[in-house]
Amino acid sequence: MSDRTPPPERPDPESSERRILTPGSPNPRREFLRSAALFTATAGALGGGLELLTRRPGGPGAAEAQGAAFTRPARPLGPYDTSEAVTPYAQATSYNNFYEFGLDKSDPARMAGSLKTRPWTVRIDGEVRKPMTVDIDTLQGWFPLEDRVYRMRCVEGWSMVMPWLGFPLAALIRRMEPTSKAKYVQFTALLDPKQLPGQKQAVLQWPYVEGLRLDEALHPLAFMAVGLDGRVLPGQNGAPLRLAVPWKYGFKSIKSVVRITLTEKQPQTTWALAAPQEYGFYANVNPAVPHPRWSQATERRIGELGRRKTLPFNGYAEQVAGLYKGMDLRRFF
Amino acid sequence: MGGLLPAAVLLLDAATGQLGANPIQRATLQTGLLTLALLVLSLACTPLRLLTGWTWPARIRKPLGLLAFGYAALHFLIYLLDHSFDLSLMTEDILKRPFITAGFTALLLLVPLALTSTPRAVKRLGFQRWTRLHQLAYVAVSLGALHYYWGVKKDHTQPLIYAAVIAALFAVRLLKRRPARGAARSRPVSGG
Repeated sequence: MSDRTPPPERPDPESSERRILTPGSPNPRREFLRSAALFTATAGALGGGLELLTRRPGGPGAAEAQGAAFTRPARPLGPYDTSEAVTPYAQATSYNNFYEFGLDKSDPARMAGSLKTRPWTVRIDGEVRKPMTVDIDTLQGWFPLEDRVYRMRCVEGWSMVMPWLGFPLAALIRRMEPTSKAKYVQFTALLDPKQLPGQKQAVLQWPYVEGLRLDEALHPLAFMAVGLDGRVLPGQNGAPLRLAVPWKYGFKSIKSVVRITLTEKQPQTTWALAAPQEYGFYANVNPAVPHPRWSQATERRIGELGRRKTLPFNGYAEQVAGLYKGMDLRRFF
Repeated sequence: MGGLLPAAVLLLDAATGQLGANPIQRATLQTGLLTLALLVLSLACTPLRLLTGWTWPARIRKPLGLLAFGYAALHFLIYLLDHSFDLSLMTEDILKRPFITAGFTALLLLVPLALTSTPRAVKRLGFQRWTRLHQLAYVAVSLGALHYYWGVKKDHTQPLIYAAVIAALFAVRLLKRRPARGAARSRPVSGG
């Protein structure tokens, strides 16, 4: 083999320390200090620059959330409640997708202060006998508020357990007296770039619109939340009024609703418009139908390091599978 | 050395809970970004030298490339950890999802580059072949940018910035090298 490395250079007896310093010749100690300083500065600049370029801290509340386990509400579990451990409040309110406040999970908690939830009115119209605009406090006063501990599964592959406070959507829809033409319910979120600065960017088509088939909306699991863990719903979680449909991916559960319209035709929903091949109108949690870019077979429960298996309809199959009898859920994803 | 600072900060963040509610996802994202940034920096060395005549970029190119490989390996390890080291899941991901395929291919391409980063390897391969082998870095960085682009759900601003920088670096290489070689021959008249 001819690839021998050359023998190491023999130290020059005349080198560095032994050399007699003459005026004008480089001082080896100074040279060393100079190169050390240069090295440190370069290393620091590179490291700092990379850090600035790539670091995305987790956001407020994350650290304190670690230890603070939530106590379960002191009430008997209802027929729709899960008995699984509730996600710590600090995490449930600091890790949110609410693109109207920004794309990062920590943006909503940081930015939600600009959302004014009082006064707030909700427009109810479309195929109803009693169209009206109603104040949020009046609206929530119509119904006794209930606790519901629901699993929530995000399409991105993480999940939480949320202790909502609110009322069944069915109660509201019945009060609106749908006409015989009503087949779907369309929800519209607030459009106001001053309060929702993320809307200044055309990331999605604003306002955010979601929808349900009328029978889905009338299902007792479909819930309108106005609170979380017995407290008023925080802005980042969709104050003052949001939908919670726990057998569907989280993006169906529209936040900060200002309008509820009963329609004859299936509504054009925001994510289905943005990427129809990735997000369908139904968006039922389905481990057997992968997202084009990732599997939906498993999920990470926030607060856990491992992954758990995703359940069909997010574990609510017994209650809701009947709504989709005869439908090909690979096509109607 | 400075390139290890983000790793230290990442560890510190993880230890203090600063990575938020989904620390594994956060760490995956951060190591991925670090890989891409370092790859771009290592590829910026030659254009920078060509444009300015400085020699120091050529000297830091290798450490930058090796750091990029280190972060890529870490990124992949965290991905494996996230999938509880289930190799069948990983294989399925690589085969079925172009987004993962691109990322994994980029990582594979970096392996021979990292292995041949010693002066001895240059000698063994011969400078010509070594250079040609290391041009795989161009493919790797492009795949890396594509992997990032496909991985983002919405708002492709950041991935597009990386793609633009990479394209600009390629352009500098082409423009600075080709004319020098082509100058001897007659330069083709551009058709407008």
